[in-house]
Amino acid sequence: MKKIKSAAELNALQEELNARLDPNKPCIAICCGTGCMAHGTRNLVERFQQELADRQLTEKISLRRTGCHGFCERGPMVVLHPQKIFYQRIKVDDVPEIIDKTILGEEIIDRLLYRDPVTKEKVVHEYEVPFYKKQMRLVFGMNGMIEPTRIEDYLAIGGYGALAKVLTQGDPQAVIDDISAAGLRGRGGGGFPTGRKWNATRKAEGSPKYVICNADEGDPGAYMDRSLLEGNPHSVLEGMIIGAYAIGSSHGYIYVRNEYPLAVENITLAIDKAREMGLLGQDILGSGFDFDIVINRGGGAFVCGESSALFASIEGRAGEPRAKYVHATDKGLYDKPTCLNNVETWANVPLIINKGAQWYAGIGTEHSKGTKIFSLVGKINNTGLVEVPMGITLREIVFEIGGGIPKGRKFKAVQTGGPSGGCIPEAHLDIPVDFDELSKLGTMMGSGGMIVMDERNCMVDVAKYFLKFLEEESCGKCTPCREGIYQMRKILDRITNGEGKLEDLDTLEWMGQAIKDGSLCALGGSAPNPVLTTLRYFRSEYEAHIIDKKCPAGVCKALITYGIDPDKCTGCHACARVCPTGAATGEKKEVHQIDQEKCIKCGACYEACKFDAITIV
Amino acid sequence: MSQTVTLTIDGRQVQAEAGTTLLEAARSVNIQIPHLCSNEELAPYGACRMCMVEIRQGQRTRLVASCIYEVEEGLEVQTVTERVLNVRRLVIELLLARNPTHPTLLKMAADLGIEKTRFEVEVKGCILCGLCVRTCREVVGVSAIGFEGRGTSRRVTTPFNEAPPDCIACGACATVCPVGVIPLKDKAGIRTIWKTDYPLQRCESCGRIIAPVKQLEYFAKITNQPLSHFTEHCVHCR
Ligand SMILES: Cc1cc2nc3c(=O)[nH]c(=O)nc-3n(C[C@H](O)[C@H](O)[C@H](O)COP(=O)(O)O)c2cc1C
Ligand code: SF4
Ligand code: SF4
Ligand code: FES
Repeated sequence: MKKIKSAAELNALQEELNARLDPNKPCIAICCGTGCMAHGTRNLVERFQQELADRQLTEKISLRRTGCHGFCERGPMVVLHPQKIFYQRIKVDDVPEIIDKTILGEEIIDRLLYRDPVTKEKVVHEYEVPFYKKQMRLVFGMNGMIEPTRIEDYLAIGGYGALAKVLTQGDPQAVIDDISAAGLRGRGGGGFPTGRKWNATRKAEGSPKYVICNADEGDPGAYMDRSLLEGNPHSVLEGMIIGAYAIGSSHGYIYVRNEYPLAVENITLAIDKAREMGLLGQDILGSGFDFDIVINRGGGAFVCGESSALFASIEGRAGEPRAKYVHATDKGLYDKPTCLNNVETWANVPLIINKGAQWYAGIGTEHSKGTKIFSLVGKINNTGLVEVPMGITLREIVFEIGGGIPKGRKFKAVQTGGPSGGCIPEAHLDIPVDFDELSKLGTMMGSGGMIVMDERNCMVDVAKYFLKFLEEESCGKCTPCREGIYQMRKILDRITNGEGKLEDLDTLEWMGQAIKDGSLCALGGSAPNPVLTTLRYFRSEYEAHIIDKKCPAGVCKALITYGIDPDKCTGCHACARVCPTGAATGEKKEVHQIDQEKCIKCGACYEACKFDAITIV
Repeated sequence: MSQTVTLTIDGRQVQAEAGTTLLEAARSVNIQIPHLCSNEELAPYGACRMCMVEIRQGQRTRLVASCIYEVEEGLEVQTVTERVLNVRRLVIELLLARNPTHPTLLKMAADLGIEKTRFEVEVKGCILCGLCVRTCREVVGVSAIGFEGRGTSRRVTTPFNEAPPDCIACGACATVCPVGVIPLKDKAGIRTIWKTDYPLQRCESCGRIIAPVKQLEYFAKITNQPLSHFTEHCVHCR
């Protein structure tokens, strides 16, 4: 494609591309997000291509390989446009039937439809699926409308229009005022007001100024930033270019985790294309504004997402936080004024410019505006990425969008904010999702991890799990974090082994506060949260481990014994078949038993028994 | 162009030059803040967290490392508050779990009313203050040693755990170590440090030991003088 030399030329091109979009032309949108790819989507794409070619339909029916649709639980999946028919858990051999029956014959294939687990009814259209119904997919929804590798697709739906708008208006300060008025706050963890950060960088003395996109995302189970970069890289680029213009920066970086190959590939391609078209580089859209972006691949340490460690890593030094009391907006990368924002923060920018600050500020709560993407995982029916308006309740996310807890089990807690977030119990599920409300509960918005736990999760064990992760990711520079997390974890080890003392709980609380107060960076500064919140909301569970030497959830191996309930055992022999040590035995059709001497408490029988006959005490 | 700033530390008015750290400003009026990883010769590091103090910012207070935080006009600093003491107590108990016997640490603990650590002791000796690594890099100028590993696996080591190629055997690391855990031995004309032997140079005039040959070679190189300039006479017979 040729270079675009002005905003007017861009608008003309957008219109031309948009006019080519035939809203009635059948289109098969296949989710090629990381989750679906893992389910074998590659073969599915090839089969579709093959079948369309065989039928000489490639001109009449288009195939769109999109980024993640969010409902990863149900992949591989396609949406058939224009009707928006939603098929899930598709197999390669379903492909001919989908083309012949549904696309050519307008007949719905019942077995590929999603079945609402609550109403037990089949759902035909994507927009009727309960998982999507309560979402507000302003940022993430575009994923389904474009092929991430085709800049034309992004342009056709109005992409880079926001950039053209700000360049035409020619008032960088007005852009910042818009972002401030919209009330956008950072999506990377801290929730810092984005407009204020931009303003500080703009006002700071020193040059060059840097603009950085933080795509280090390393929380276990979180993949929203990755999916945005994979599925809609141009929206992130457009946000960065607008930000750079507002701030007065010509140098951008994207710090992306090397373990995200597809994200790296798509963003690299997007940068090349944008540069080729005159949207990056010198004299962008003929405005005289220069800006370019370099990709920096991070080695994958969790702590490298912390701002000063990220700068050190880009500068080629050890990715370790630096103790300092100056703002990055004054002295950041190479000690120059730097504006660091999260992937999702950047992706919100074009939206605000296009639809206006007023509109954006109308979504959400008083101090938290817009939407937030969460990665909903754990003991939940609908695992996936969800984008919701701020102010929605946790209950709505867990029970309506998430479809509740599998196997009819009881909800116990939801952990928000990544590994150093806190665990919220049932009693607080009705609070609105909002930066400040979450911190009042001892947790945080974080970057958007949301892990659901049910009655079979032991909260002491959960706290230990997160602490273990943070212990391994602590850079080891400062004493409270390095030694403190380690010693807290040792105490939790003792408690889960039945060797805890009641005063350990006070020690944990005391340590937790001192580690938060004393640590050099926010990793240590938030690491105790999982312990502090579980102590606050689930103290009796800790006490059960210490006083009764019991793990009420039946998780902590040292504190449980497996047995068989003779009234429920049907003698199906399933337990004996899976038991690795031969501890579970019995004659077929007779009540089985477990030899405690041989039992290694692996829990295999518990998982295998279909009659709930295995007991844990 | 230095500017004088007035602030209060523990209720006392203190004047200090802009750019002074709170630790230095406090010391200038004889308020001692315990600290382990800061050293006047070295760039601020802020890792041990022993030197935390509480500052007031509007309605709120927060803890900062006094070895890094610089004086500000009108700043209110408290060096001994319950929050500060809790951090110091935690830090010293955590460090005692790595090194339960060193007098410097025991004295600091005693000042905080602590006799011994309540944590499980795993003797490692080194408290990871980084003074050795930073002295080697910033003062000596060679970076022969560095850190390796994350979390509690972090340790001071030589590249690839082998004889450090850049080491000049000056022994500055061993001298600066506050808990004396870097072994250095001079015996029979040989200095052993970082598990490597280095010959010591004798004064060509009086025969006294001057320094390791490698150190003198390094001096010769950075000063652009012949090696003989350093070996013909020593401080004693010059
Ligand atoms: C240990 C640690 C890890 C972090 N990881 C990330 C990350 O992966 N992505 C991110 O955007 N922010 C991360 N942050 C937050 C960043 O330091 C920074 O606040 C954020 O990128 C600012 O962008 P925002 O204002 O748009 O949220 C991390 C912070 C800490 C302390
Ligand atoms: S708080 Fe943890 S991660 Fe941060 S500097 Fe200290 S040791 Fe490193
Ligand atoms: S060896 Fe000594 S100087 Fe070096 S980090 Fe350890 S305690 Fe500090
Ligand atoms: S002396 Fe300030 S942190 Fe160590």
